[in-house]
Amino acid sequence: MSSQDHSDTQWPLWEVFVQPRTGAAHEHAGSVHAPDGELALQNARDVYARRGHAVSLWVVPSDQIVASSPSDQGPFFDPAQDKVYRHPSFYRVDRNFE
Amino acid sequence: MNEPHLHAEDTPDAENALFEARLAAGEKIEPKDWMPERYRQQLIRMMSQHAHSEIVGMLPEGNWITRAPNFRRKKALLAKVQDEAGHGLYLYSATETLGISREELIDQLLSGKAKYSSIFNYPTLTWADIGVIGWFVDGAAIVNQTMLAKASYGPYSRAMVRICKEESFHKKQGFEIIAILCRGTEGQRRMAQDAVDRWWWPTLMMFGPPDEASANSEELMRWKVKTRSNDELRQHFVNMTVAQAHSLGLTVPDPDLEYDEATGDWRFGELDWDEFWEVIKGRGPCNRERMEARRRAHEKGAWVREAAAAYAAKRAAESASVTAG
Repeated sequence: MSSQDHSDTQWPLWEVFVQPRTGAAHEHAGSVHAPDGELALQNARDVYARRGHAVSLWVVPSDQIVASSPSDQGPFFDPAQDKVYRHPSFYRVDRNFE
Repeated sequence: MNEPHLHAEDTPDAENALFEARLAAGEKIEPKDWMPERYRQQLIRMMSQHAHSEIVGMLPEGNWITRAPNFRRKKALLAKVQDEAGHGLYLYSATETLGISREELIDQLLSGKAKYSSIFNYPTLTWADIGVIGWFVDGAAIVNQTMLAKASYGPYSRAMVRICKEESFHKKQGFEIIAILCRGTEGQRRMAQDAVDRWWWPTLMMFGPPDEASANSEELMRWKVKTRSNDELRQHFVNMTVAQAHSLGLTVPDPDLEYDEATGDWRFGELDWDEFWEVIKGRGPCNRERMEARRRAHEKGAWVREAAAAYAAKRAAESASVTAG
């Protein structure tokens, strides 16, 4: 008996996003392995939605996600750092104004 | 994707200082962030042990699914064992973000290279054991996991939050089983007490070696993976559980158990650490049986993995030929 079965595959990785109720955003929950999208959805349901707290699932091949890099965090988000006028607190108006 | 990202001008010392500063500020570390190699390796070790424990933990309880005393109990136990599988999968998924593959993780378990919680190497002899596992073992897991929900590694922390939400049902269903046995016949009460007697000490060992003998604790606490020591967590569990046992008229098998008025703690006797190390080293009552069951399940499931892969390949070929046509 050998556990070193090199023909063994755990299948490609898929990221799972769960919408907990209508109107809410889909939120990343974790990942599953599956040979295709159909089984990825079924596995995601069994792993991340066992208690009925989901109305919709997305599965995305993990290698298809393009992410910003932590090392570029400063320069990448810098353009938003000095624009305080994008916040309502920047403006001085009468207290009674809503 | 998870390789440490170094700029030419950054020395590892500078990266390390930044890493420590982020931890000190209470920030979470995410998969693509720079982290010391030792932090990565320690997390892989700890998280994969945790994942394997969930998977192997299905075996002692699965033993009683077919013999649960009624349909309500059978449904609850099935759901609980299914949750343990889910928890193992959350944790494997979180561990993979550190750059290790699922194949490697599974292989480390099946080859015996990786460890899992010593508690699952004890046998479930009676139905009361199922109750005590939910009450004690899941209760101890909740104490540990509530702390780990604050762990400095983001994916671990998030998996723990998810698991903690689900574990409280496990503990309550176990306590309910024992509470009902304690209100039953003399024989049922004795069965509950016997299960408590057998599981008490192995459960206290779940928190790991005493602080002075714990090789990894100090480092894990410095990195804020853990925020409380093994002995602190053990004491917290004892305080909570002794009161619960007494409320059912059960006793805890410890002649040295004594309430300390000054601290509010239940002082308890010395654990049999020789037994703990024997079980960790693979010489517990069920180590061999557990590993054989896992290997057998993996081998018997091979055709499912192959069939699903073949079906996916066929579907992909069909859709390619439709697109081409």
